[in-house]
Amino acid sequence: MSQKYLYYPGCSMESSAKAYNDSLMAIKDSLGLALEEIHDWNCCGATEYVGISTTPAYALISRNLALAYNQSNGMDTVVAPCSACYLNLAKADHYMHERPALGVRVNKALAAGGLNYDPGSLKIRHLLDVIINDIGLEAVQAKVTRPLHGLRVAPYLGCMVPRPDYEKRWSDHEYPDELDRLLKILGAEVIDFPLKTHCCGGHMTQISPSTAFELIRRLIDSADQYKADMMVTLCPMCQMNLDAYQGETNHHFHTNYHMPIMFFTQLIGLAFGKDPKDLGFGKELVDARQALSRIGVEVPEEAPPARKPKRTKKQGLPMPVMPGEEEES
Amino acid sequence: MTTPEITGPEDQNPNLRLLEEVAAATAGVSRLEMCIQCGTCGGSCPSSADMDHTPRMLFAMIRAGMREAVLRSNTPWMCVSCYHCVVRCPQDVHIADVMYTLKSMAIQEKLYKDSTAPDFSQTFVDMVENYGRSYEFGLATRHYLKHYPLRLPSMAPMGFGMLSKRRMDITPKRIEGIDQLKTILDRAKQLENGQ
Repeated sequence: MSQKYLYYPGCSMESSAKAYNDSLMAIKDSLGLALEEIHDWNCCGATEYVGISTTPAYALISRNLALAYNQSNGMDTVVAPCSACYLNLAKADHYMHERPALGVRVNKALAAGGLNYDPGSLKIRHLLDVIINDIGLEAVQAKVTRPLHGLRVAPYLGCMVPRPDYEKRWSDHEYPDELDRLLKILGAEVIDFPLKTHCCGGHMTQISPSTAFELIRRLIDSADQYKADMMVTLCPMCQMNLDAYQGETNHHFHTNYHMPIMFFTQLIGLAFGKDPKDLGFGKELVDARQALSRIGVEVPEEAPPARKPKRTKKQGLPMPVMPGEEEES
Repeated sequence: MTTPEITGPEDQNPNLRLLEEVAAATAGVSRLEMCIQCGTCGGSCPSSADMDHTPRMLFAMIRAGMREAVLRSNTPWMCVSCYHCVVRCPQDVHIADVMYTLKSMAIQEKLYKDSTAPDFSQTFVDMVENYGRSYEFGLATRHYLKHYPLRLPSMAPMGFGMLSKRRMDITPKRIEGIDQLKTILDRAKQLENGQ
């Protein structure tokens, strides 16, 4: 039996965290997870809009809640895979209730667009919470066909899922064990990662790079000291900062870390025996192939983008190339 | 015996109302007045080393009505929204949300020292207001050209990687209900300004 949820993907799932999206889509049926995307959802404003103007920021978030409620049809839970989206949606629902004046202002704004949202009408939950607490670890374990034995992973949740946790859904604010338990069920060797909810730097990569690089360095260095093969996360922002900015961080500190950063859904998919290429492997900038080949998983290299070089040979003038003479690029 | 009611002239110094003003502008119930100056916030903060004032000190300055110094402080802009201080605060002060409020007040009064962070937020919001979705490629190009032109060479491999692995779209996506969203946001801005 499938459990049905309203689904708020968030902008990253369509771009930087496409691997998260692909792997979630590949495993959701096996998990018995039915996700109905909120039609025409908009960006949640990340951590930017709330720092500019309160009412517009909360109106932006709440348009999604209003749309979700309109199409809820018996469903009462919105699931978000992205930490920032999850927190923003939860926050709007929570503060519109806690501070009725905010709720009134937001609903006046929504009314201009023909919408309304009564706080408390929907539950806002993170994907991992739903997998652990609704679907359950036994159900996940029952689907494991290729246990990840020998893969040493550092579970990394980042900040905004276990904190501030308005509904007290997580086992701990600073040291929750949900992700650890899930990864153990998949057969992975899970290190007791001390920095599991420390900050990845968030938007500091854009506004104060040296601050961000130090936070990224601490995380990767710790995982590296624990000899983790990879870090496993549940947040597009964390994945982006640790993966895409790992090169710049190495450059900044003259280090040479090579720590692949994967989404937990990708590992679920692997353990379920899904084809790695359907799980978004290869989209990471810090290559995970070496780590995966150690447990016998081969990921084909992603085909380079189709580009026609003007000159096919490094030396000499452009010349017609006969079939069979093409150079390997 | 009844306690005599203390009455007096209205405070002439508007800065003494700063704490109330910040609390009123914060989304939830800020509980800012409950701060006991214990310093747990600063001790929990991953970016306090880069802050002009620790959160504790900043809250004392708010109480003291040091309006300009508070709004010029880089502290709110250095907040990474990790919520460590929020869950550790023994008084349940909504510290991260107070930081958001201080950012918006600083923008309103143009009192920030460095425009990198406000510009980034504003550029992000401009994209969202125009498309209904975030638009990383547009955001990154605009932001880096303005604030980090010298960082571009070291960023290039990463940007190329993101593009070639199709993790960044060159063109923005626009939601269907963009007009509806704009109407909602325009009304919200009026309401924010007390209209």
